[in-house]
Amino acid sequence: MDWGAILENTIRGLIGEQFIYFALAAIGLNIHFGFTGLLNFGQAVFMAAGAYGLSMAVATLGLNFWLGLVLGIIVFPLILALIMGVPTLRLRSDYLAIVTIAASEMFRIIARSPSLDRWTGSSDGLTGFANTFYELSPFDRSQRYFFGIFIGNQMWVVLVGWVAVVLVSVGVWAVLRSPWGRVLRAIREDEDAARSLGKNAYWFKMQALILGGVIGALGGMLRAIGTQSAQPQNFITDVTFFAWVALILGGVAKVGGPILGAAILYGILSFTDILLRQMVEAGIISTSVMDGTQVGQVRFMLIGLGLVLLAAFRPQGILGSKEEMALDDR
Amino acid sequence: MTADNTLNRFAGVPWEPGAAKSDPVLVVDGVRRAFGGLVAVDVDHLEVQRGAITALIGPNGAGKTTFFNLLTNFDTPDAGTRRFEGQELSRVPAHRVASLGMVRTFQLTKSLSKMSVIDNMLLGATHQRGESLRRSLLPFTWRGQEAANTARADELLERFKLSHMRNEYAGTLSGGQRKLLEMARALMVEPTMVMLDEPMAGVNPALKQSLLDHVKGLRDLGMTVLFVEHDMDMVQEISDWVVVMAEGRIIAEGPPSSIGENQAVVDAYLGAHHDAPLDLGEDR
Ligand SMILES: Nc1ncnc2c1ncn2[C@@H]1O[C@H](COP(=O)(O)OP(=O)(O)OP(=O)(O)O)[C@@H](O)[C@H]1O
Ligand SMILES: [Mg+2]
Repeated sequence: MDWGAILENTIRGLIGEQFIYFALAAIGLNIHFGFTGLLNFGQAVFMAAGAYGLSMAVATLGLNFWLGLVLGIIVFPLILALIMGVPTLRLRSDYLAIVTIAASEMFRIIARSPSLDRWTGSSDGLTGFANTFYELSPFDRSQRYFFGIFIGNQMWVVLVGWVAVVLVSVGVWAVLRSPWGRVLRAIREDEDAARSLGKNAYWFKMQALILGGVIGALGGMLRAIGTQSAQPQNFITDVTFFAWVALILGGVAKVGGPILGAAILYGILSFTDILLRQMVEAGIISTSVMDGTQVGQVRFMLIGLGLVLLAAFRPQGILGSKEEMALDDR
Repeated sequence: MTADNTLNRFAGVPWEPGAAKSDPVLVVDGVRRAFGGLVAVDVDHLEVQRGAITALIGPNGAGKTTFFNLLTNFDTPDAGTRRFEGQELSRVPAHRVASLGMVRTFQLTKSLSKMSVIDNMLLGATHQRGESLRRSLLPFTWRGQEAANTARADELLERFKLSHMRNEYAGTLSGGQRKLLEMARALMVEPTMVMLDEPMAGVNPALKQSLLDHVKGLRDLGMTVLFVEHDMDMVQEISDWVVVMAEGRIIAEGPPSSIGENQAVVDAYLGAHHDAPLDLGEDR
């Protein structure tokens, strides 16, 4: 058993690229669900908006990288939030849930369709839109950094990603402790109470949908940059649910919740992945029980088991407040 | 303690349903709301006098809460018009009604359990600069206003005997305390008209007295109060005018002393005696 490799992989899961993409997606969801009570089951579509906003701008339309950045982080998610929010935010919360889940599947299926190959690259997706990003890298692409865990380009993505996670979290913390955040929390609990006190609940919910979507789009865009491709299968519904798992694991309605949750989720996934693989190779786990190709499924079973235990023993998540949870029963 | 000037406001107003007032702040015409076959509210005409305390009473299921919802646009009438300060409310969303100066509380309290008592209060303040997403990131643009609002909130909490719960979750309050919080929070809006749906239900008698004084104080400051209440003693004590609803219609209007003798009212409450106080919580 190669303990060095196990450690390296685990750290990579805890703080690496996957962590960053999903931490950002989950921070967006936290604004939607944790602080405003909006049920978004299609965070993947906001992530896709970020990825395709940049890649289509640069690879399809030949626009400047920075313009693509603005399209991907601001314009695309904004339009998406308006399309999904205008018809649903006046209605009960389940309507948004239905529309988001539908939108995220529709986007993926449309992006994949061969007739749009010229625009979206269909199922192969788009590539070659992130050169400007890597040209700015201060790291040598042939070198390894951070105890040899990340090679140069990865290190650059991880560094930019971490800066984004920290800046976004500080910003979220600041807006949520302002009077604006107070209105969101009021809406989460009782929209009518907020309305009776003169708050335009619809407009606040729209702002929250946009803000959380923009943060999700940032995560999706970094994913496209990190993998240097924007592909439909990177935005399947599983992606949305991983973000939800990260949020629930870490603790809903806590600024640090999604960060901790994403780190633990990807830490465990990476750790169990390499551990099981090595145990199969070393013959500690007999191939009659499980072989190397089944490791991927087994680790998700373990995550599922962990979630069941969490729901039973710590339903508020790791950072969540038990006190707040208890108030639901009164 | 009814001041002479408030009595005068009703001088010459006939004691009959739909009576015209000298200076109405709210005028309702032909407002109707049916739930399936049940007509919950069917009010031909009602005027609410500015600067007075008006009680809206009636048996359970009379349509009082539904009427409140219609007046504040939490529900849409099938027909009819409502004018507040001369403004027709049909196209005004519920939150805008509050910013026009008409604030209501709910019969089933809507205290925001997972927010602290003080945050509940602060939510009521209007025109908050920090409620803009852009400015929320620039605390120096709203800190001063927030401090002023907090001071005002603390004063109200003091008066409503909730200061000691200031930093607790509102969800930890008792039922009566939640009623108090909701009323205090409504006052944070600085309304010109408050509409209270059973504000005193579950509040202990000693505190009730001090709150009654407080409500009278609001009137003396020029505020209009419309409240629903089943406690006849309270109605007698603080209201300047009483409107009686039964089966969705307004069946009587008049000063509090006139109501107990009104035959239509007695009939509506079924079996109540002239000389016994009407126990409006227990009709049938
Ligand atoms: N959303 C609704 N759907 C169907 N019927 C309703 C609805 N809201 C109220 N009603 C009916 O309308 C009538 C009036 O109800 P409302 O709550 O206005 O009475 P109320 O005068 O406030 O009574 P109480 O003194 O018991 O609070 C009742 O018969 C009630 O069943
Ligand atoms: Mg009622």
